[in-house]
Amino acid sequence: MMMDVKEIEHLAILARIALSPEDKTELNQQMNKLLTYIEKLKELNTAAIEPLYHILPLHNVFREDLAIESPPREELLFNAPQCEDGFYKVPRIL
Amino acid sequence: MELYELTLQQLIKELESKRTNAQAIMTAVMGRINEVDGKVQAFLTLNQTAAMEKAAEFDRQPWPGVIAGIPFAVKDNYCTRGVKTTCASKMLEDFIPPYDAAVVEKLHGAGGILAGKLNMDEFAMGCSTETSAFFPSHNPWDLERVPGGSSGGAAAAVAADEIPLALVSDTGGSARQPASYCGVVGLKPTYGRVSRRGIVAYASSLDQAGIISKDVADAALVLGIIAGHDPRDSTSEKKEVPDYSTVLTTDIKGLKIGYPREYFQQAEGNVGTAVKKALLEFEKMGAIVEEVSLPHSEYALPAYYIIGPAEASSNMGRFDGIRYGQRDNSAENVAELISGSRQRGFGPEVKRRIILGTYVLSSGKYEKYYLQALKVRRLIRDDFTGVFNDYDVIIAPTTPNTAFKIGENASDLITSYRSDIFTVPVNMAGLPAISVPCGLVGGLPVGMQIIAKPFAETTLLNTAYAFEQATDHHQLKPDLGVR
Amino acid sequence: MSKEFETVIGLEVHAELKTDTKIFCGCKTAFGAEPNTQICPLCSGFPGALPVLNKKVVELSIKTGLALNAEIAAHCQFDRKNYFYPDLPSAYQVSQLFLPICLNGYLDIEAEGEKKRIRINRAHMEEDAGKLIHEGTITTTSFSLVDLNRAGVPLLEIVSEPDMRSAQEARIYLEKLRSILLFAQVSDARMEEGSIRCDANVSVRRRGEEKLGVRTEIKNLNSFKALERAIEYEARRHREVIEDGGTLIQETRTWDDEKGITRSMRSKEEAEDYRYFPDLDIPPIYIDPAWVEEIKKTLPEMPEQAQQRLRDDYDLPEYDAAIITATPYSLQFFDRCVALYPEAKTVSNWMMGELSRLLNQHNMEIQQCLIAPDMLADLLKLIDDGTISGKMAKNVFEEMFASGNSPARIIKEQGMVQITDEDVLGEIIAGVIQNNPGVVDDYKSGKEKARGFLVGQVMKATKGQANPAAVQKILKDLLN
Repeated sequence: MMMDVKEIEHLAILARIALSPEDKTELNQQMNKLLTYIEKLKELNTAAIEPLYHILPLHNVFREDLAIESPPREELLFNAPQCEDGFYKVPRIL
Repeated sequence: MELYELTLQQLIKELESKRTNAQAIMTAVMGRINEVDGKVQAFLTLNQTAAMEKAAEFDRQPWPGVIAGIPFAVKDNYCTRGVKTTCASKMLEDFIPPYDAAVVEKLHGAGGILAGKLNMDEFAMGCSTETSAFFPSHNPWDLERVPGGSSGGAAAAVAADEIPLALVSDTGGSARQPASYCGVVGLKPTYGRVSRRGIVAYASSLDQAGIISKDVADAALVLGIIAGHDPRDSTSEKKEVPDYSTVLTTDIKGLKIGYPREYFQQAEGNVGTAVKKALLEFEKMGAIVEEVSLPHSEYALPAYYIIGPAEASSNMGRFDGIRYGQRDNSAENVAELISGSRQRGFGPEVKRRIILGTYVLSSGKYEKYYLQALKVRRLIRDDFTGVFNDYDVIIAPTTPNTAFKIGENASDLITSYRSDIFTVPVNMAGLPAISVPCGLVGGLPVGMQIIAKPFAETTLLNTAYAFEQATDHHQLKPDLGVR
Repeated sequence: MSKEFETVIGLEVHAELKTDTKIFCGCKTAFGAEPNTQICPLCSGFPGALPVLNKKVVELSIKTGLALNAEIAAHCQFDRKNYFYPDLPSAYQVSQLFLPICLNGYLDIEAEGEKKRIRINRAHMEEDAGKLIHEGTITTTSFSLVDLNRAGVPLLEIVSEPDMRSAQEARIYLEKLRSILLFAQVSDARMEEGSIRCDANVSVRRRGEEKLGVRTEIKNLNSFKALERAIEYEARRHREVIEDGGTLIQETRTWDDEKGITRSMRSKEEAEDYRYFPDLDIPPIYIDPAWVEEIKKTLPEMPEQAQQRLRDDYDLPEYDAAIITATPYSLQFFDRCVALYPEAKTVSNWMMGELSRLLNQHNMEIQQCLIAPDMLADLLKLIDDGTISGKMAKNVFEEMFASGNSPARIIKEQGMVQITDEDVLGEIIAGVIQNNPGVVDDYKSGKEKARGFLVGQVMKATKGQANPAAVQKILKDLLN
């Protein structure tokens, strides 16, 4: 199942990466190489096999509903490229 | 011997006996780094001033701890409070986390002193440390060759005697493969044995903390410090932590070792020969060595390149330039901000894996790729379970080859990825594994990988220790042409 | 809706679960804190942070499922819903797609005298996103501010089947659902605070058709009234498009309350693909029947049980019982009042009448007002023993509502005690008779109206405090 540049563009939108035209062409080639390699899995008949999601038999891992003091706001906002009055700031949404 | 040449255990003894002090050790380590890192380029950030101060503090008023007063370094995907954590990416080139990773907390708790942050493939995606956004690291055995990846900086630093201990991550072989290429010990514990909290996630179901050290006893000591349940990591196991150091023994009589034919078929001739020779050592020690089969081995790597990128495509979403990291300030709206920041911040390999991961999870592809890969994962895991019914450990080469030249695989992704074909299945199955040096081929180290059952690190370490003590490969050091 | 077309409505309701801390971290969930003061590396999407599930979220979800007659899944898990938005710090929302915690529930409503069962497809746990603040509106602002305090607050998303057939039914369903959430004590369910939110899925089809029409989702419904208006508008819009021969697009629209219209929210980008896959940082959840039983025991009396009880124990009419049990607060008020003053119908009348009127006037809920159940009981006793008349009692009640003072105190302070003393009244009545000879003659010659006039004069002279029955009696005696 080979990809074309249009598909790359669609994926780039989903993944929010502003690829340059050169990036797109290169990625297209590389994706197709990788997809060809991955096609190998088709050789296996896995109809009767259940997917393995969690490798450990852990389940019901919980914590109690007890509050933990949040770190001081400056600690987390310290790395923010732009903030205002304690909010993170972003340009317009639309 | 210089202080920087000593193993962790030797340094602990020197300190305990007061033959040396923390400042002397730190000075020796920093001195060595300054001497050779220009060539090796293992470090991204050196915590020199703070570390020297801490060492002085220790000498004035020592604190308790298994590695008290001793320098350690961590891969730059470990969050370190107040110290830059870049994941070797432009995306995080100025990021300073306000928290320590769980493992770092434990090492501080054991009295260790953070010396610096180590180079890696960007966001742990790579097999050679060439995808680092800053510079590649160099293999101390041949500076024109890669040290492996993604923990290349760590393996190179330990091999070059720049640091006695490095903490890394291992998602598809990132601790073991570079350890193999650089002739040092690389340990990946069972998935869930060590907390992942604070290690920047690549693939949640495959990532595990790893240890790179000069010998097996060091690795056992450090595992004892970092292993254990973390209530803040839901995937960490509650099982008791044995005292790995004290139970270390060289008696492996009757140990049943299986060596998988599929692995040896894929290894380069001289690598396979070196490991087969190593197997003879085990027989000499009274172990039973037999050929076994892991029939689905060849499907592990393709499945890994679906699962890893799929999980990564989701884990990497948080890097959007809003709360930290690279930000495209020319953006006029939020969509542009996010897309622009990510375009600027991520290198080509990271972008590749995100795009591939996005693809295999997308509508219409999920069953064909992602679910299929998870089914194959079960087959691979079951292969191992089957062999472990009759055998205690599995031994194979760590890598099919020795370290390749920097730039050699630049145009051929798959060839580069294939250096992980023997390590990836282990992550897929969540098993513990260790790479120990087992000789040189063409002047380059060969690594032997030992794999054990889940939570059988004691057996794993004993097997490795017995081999190590019966041979002297671990004592070989690269000649960096300085002295 | 016309006779030709039928509206089909399904509601997706998000209820904030009443926990002290967020779903995956120990940050507080309290409403109204300073921006970004209730966040940590996990809920603000910092690298390396990992989630740990709050047990109480699971418990409250099971409790809600039980209250909604749903099946509780023996095995459920969390999945990641991946998309980018500034209020979503990790670029994925942890939710449950593949294996939700509750399935196949229902609740019963009564609309236009008819009882109807609305089926609930599923209820699943998920985390809330942060809040965005714009300067002006989302379309005119040049920047937005992000507050992540709300990110990670636990939500239960309750999805109904498209069983509703009118805006009114939808509204009644939402009111009933809200009531159940309040009774079960799993959520504060306040629309103004956003602890209950509702999106409506609307489609239309020609009557008799089985196939569902194209549906649109309406967001930004901030009140019950908005819900009704939006559904009516959207159904009409659908019908008009079909009648004009146009095509409806399946999309998400936002309700503009000011203009009274819905607007398309489709961005210029392509349709979102959420790429759901299991969240492997969170192990699966296995719920055994024993745990469900344990939680079942903690389920308080639900509205329907309470209604039955009021009808059985107090002979309260169905209509009254339904209104009294609309919220647990009004039920509690009623129960406490009746414990002190057993005339249940009287209590009910006052609650549905005077109290309801005052609450609506001041836009308050019963638990917020100053009148306590025992105060109403006292007032009713004072009417019974003749201290005040029923008419005066209404004034006293208003004063109780305004000041929170007890009826006894108000009556004393304002000198409102009813005059029943025969001597006092006798004097006043005598005075009135004397001053109105003409009217007295009219009365004596059989004109009943005249008596009313005289009584009125007495009331005026006593500022309404004369006991009417006593006045009638004395007047009669004096005139005969």
